Amino acid sequence: MTSHLKPENEAQLLDVLKWAVSSGTPVDVRGHGSKQGFGNAMASDTVLDVSSFSGILQYDPAELVLRAGAATPMTALLAALETNNQRLAFDPVDLASILSSHPSSEGFAGTLGGMVACGLAGPGRLKYGGIRDHILGFHAVSGRGEVFKSGGNVMKNVTGFDLSKLMAGSMGTLAVMYEITIKVLPAPEKSRTLLLQGLNAEQAIQAMATAVNSPHEVSAAAYLPRAVAKGSDVDLVSNSNSSVTAVRVEGPEPSVIARCSALRKLLEHVGTIDELHSKRSHEFWAETGTASALRKMDNWSTLWRISVPPADGARVAATILGQVDGEVMFDWGGGLLTLGLSAKDPHAQSTIIREAVRQVTGHATLVLGDRAARQQVSVFQPMPPGIASLNKRIKSAFDPEGILNPGRIHGNG
Amino acid sequence: MKMPEPDKSILAKREEIIAVLGAIVPGEGVIADTQELSAYECDGLSAYRQLPMVVVLPETTAQVSAVLKYCHSSGIKVVPRGSGTGLSGGALPLADGVTLGLGKFNKILDIDFENRCVVSQPGVTNLALTHAVEHRGFYYAPDPSSQIACSIGGNVAENSGGVHCLKYGLTSNNVLGVEMVLMDGEIVRIGGRYMDAGGYDLLGVITGSEGLLGVITEVTVRILQKPSVARALLLGFESSESAGDCVAAIISEGIIPGGLEMMDRHAIHATEDFVHAGYPMDVEALLIVELDGPRIEVDHLIERVGEIARRNKATYQRTSESESERMIFWSGRKNAFPAMGRMSPDYICMDGTIPRSQLPRVLREMAEMSQKFGLRCANVFHAGDGNLHPLILFDANSAGELERAEAFGAAILKLCVDVGGVLTGEHGVGVEKRDLMGEMFTDDDMKQQQRLKCAFDPQQLLNPGKVYPTLHRCSELGKMHVHNGKLPFPDIPRF
Repeated sequence: MTSHLKPENEAQLLDVLKWAVSSGTPVDVRGHGSKQGFGNAMASDTVLDVSSFSGILQYDPAELVLRAGAATPMTALLAALETNNQRLAFDPVDLASILSSHPSSEGFAGTLGGMVACGLAGPGRLKYGGIRDHILGFHAVSGRGEVFKSGGNVMKNVTGFDLSKLMAGSMGTLAVMYEITIKVLPAPEKSRTLLLQGLNAEQAIQAMATAVNSPHEVSAAAYLPRAVAKGSDVDLVSNSNSSVTAVRVEGPEPSVIARCSALRKLLEHVGTIDELHSKRSHEFWAETGTASALRKMDNWSTLWRISVPPADGARVAATILGQVDGEVMFDWGGGLLTLGLSAKDPHAQSTIIREAVRQVTGHATLVLGDRAARQQVSVFQPMPPGIASLNKRIKSAFDPEGILNPGRIHGNG
Repeated sequence: MKMPEPDKSILAKREEIIAVLGAIVPGEGVIADTQELSAYECDGLSAYRQLPMVVVLPETTAQVSAVLKYCHSSGIKVVPRGSGTGLSGGALPLADGVTLGLGKFNKILDIDFENRCVVSQPGVTNLALTHAVEHRGFYYAPDPSSQIACSIGGNVAENSGGVHCLKYGLTSNNVLGVEMVLMDGEIVRIGGRYMDAGGYDLLGVITGSEGLLGVITEVTVRILQKPSVARALLLGFESSESAGDCVAAIISEGIIPGGLEMMDRHAIHATEDFVHAGYPMDVEALLIVELDGPRIEVDHLIERVGEIARRNKATYQRTSESESERMIFWSGRKNAFPAMGRMSPDYICMDGTIPRSQLPRVLREMAEMSQKFGLRCANVFHAGDGNLHPLILFDANSAGELERAEAFGAAILKLCVDVGGVLTGEHGVGVEKRDLMGEMFTDDDMKQQQRLKCAFDPQQLLNPGKVYPTLHRCSELGKMHVHNGKLPFPDIPRF
């Protein structure tokens, strides 16, 4: 029988976890449950619903810090930031829209805690850092059934070990966060995107490196091959009938205009250049974060996210696509590959991917695949023995009985 | 400062330990002579001194691994040390400990412009990283004030900041990977030339772990293109409230300056007497606002900040029109510490962070404390991120003044925590703030942090006595208090 526990305050959350520890009951920790399809398949009959821990608790825009209940809906959070002309600079990825075939009509699904726990950053990662770089502090109950906190509510803090970073990407396996403090930044006055047409992946990565290595402060750089660009909702991209290399420039208006024109000069020998202005620029990067143009194609069934040294991106993609049918797009200047691959044999597929990644260093994550695929392969990059054993000891330091989201990261336990 | 009791059985084996270390690191790699050891008796926090049992200076990762493996199997404590510039006593030696210096790891291993990173040994200085890449217009962004001397390995250990971290982040935001040796000698590699190492974010917890989790033997840092231009404004105010309002307005209007520093009246006068930067002497607070980036953006924002300053009652305003003028603006701030040294035989520098809105209250209460403790205090402040550096002036030769200065410092840090801030923004806890950790963290908070230590170093041989006021055995920290398996509270909603 599935039970569903929904503590309404810290004391109740603590009680639930103390009970889970003492009775050896594994719990499936959920905010809105919008990302259930991500991570290794996990069996638990007890849902720990933390959705009560919702609401912004402290937000003074001038301090660049926001403290909120872990289950604060992303929609509410993003709306509060927008009202104050601020944002999360890493461009949070609406993972739920990737996982679900029919995206929510209410906008960004899920909660702040879910976003932190999954740890996936979008295009802004290139310049502004990832989720790990934006989480400043948290309160939680550990898998030992003890309340603890780490970090603080200020931007600059080196007091004690930085456990906040450990929470980003930990998939709810270390502690149940109920309060989170994040760093927020002003939204830029203007955002523009230069589009270069007709490059192949190697050329695109070189062009992106030229742009990112220039003094013109590029804040995102992505590449969509021709077949993928066709699926874009931005007309200039989908109608280009060619591959698209995109470079984003943000800031005060006069600066953006001057930098775009400097970048045009720098790149004019490479290919034809177009420009996306504010709204379309935003749309393009939002869809890049969720790889929506790629997902619109119909020849794939598993979606992988691969982080490698940017200069190796094209080679890794070519190696994999030489052996498996599918499509690729690049973000982070070539350092992030999103691959949509055909279903045939997930296990063989993952062997090919992981070997290609091993050769250049990096890691690959199966973001989307059916339950069968997720059972056949390890969703996250297998770790070398020394690192694996450190991970295991850390898990055990926070959750010795293994009651929190068992198997979600490591599979089978 | 109470350090862990030296282990007599280890001290008794000193000669044997020296011989074994000498075999691992041949040549000049082991220092055992009392005179030579004294060079290692403290770091940048010179109030605390202790001769190490022995110093070892390995040159290779294999040697570091062998030293740690030996110390691990023999139960010998180890204190890692970079350049020894730390300000919280993180590299303070232990009487029965081996100080493991990484000064010979002084080579840059690879410069990779395509992937925008540098792979370096940990003993390379922060500034040397920038020097190695500036011919292509790049630099390494975090710039602690000791950057000419401090090592990149030490920066990782302390998660060092600097005046530009509001815009460019701390060390942790600029490190991509490390090679590290665990206390048992195991060598691990974490991250690399790509983003977000897989698994738990080990890199995130190692950065700023103050030498308690492992010994860094290689660092990969990201490098950035140097901003084309930097210009600064010098703004004077009749009150710290107005200066604070001005800072809040700048940030609220969406401007993130490259540098945003504040000085109080004492600091202004002390530095002006010392370097003659041309600071106004009739203001209560002085701001240096530096904008950097593309020229057109900098010129645009200089105008906007100037206008914000006028709205916020700036009584003095000057804009740098040349690089040399900008450097003059900074000269006072950058010489704040030596200027204090000129005014007073001794000073200590505190390092709390506060929510910026609390600045007027904190300055007011600090002025009262200054009266109460009978010691002068000047303030320099990384105003953008709320990181406060009160400088307490005292004379160590005058009976009781050091103790009074320390008590004053502790009171300031407690105040920082009381107003919603933290004990240390960039200098680290080390031994200096160790016994104040309880002001900010509960026992359970600290125990959970120490359990992380146990995952890396279960025998707690690496830098013990630092950061955490109480040493608990890992076996004790791991114990669980299991109750009966009933869900006790029936009022929890279930579905």
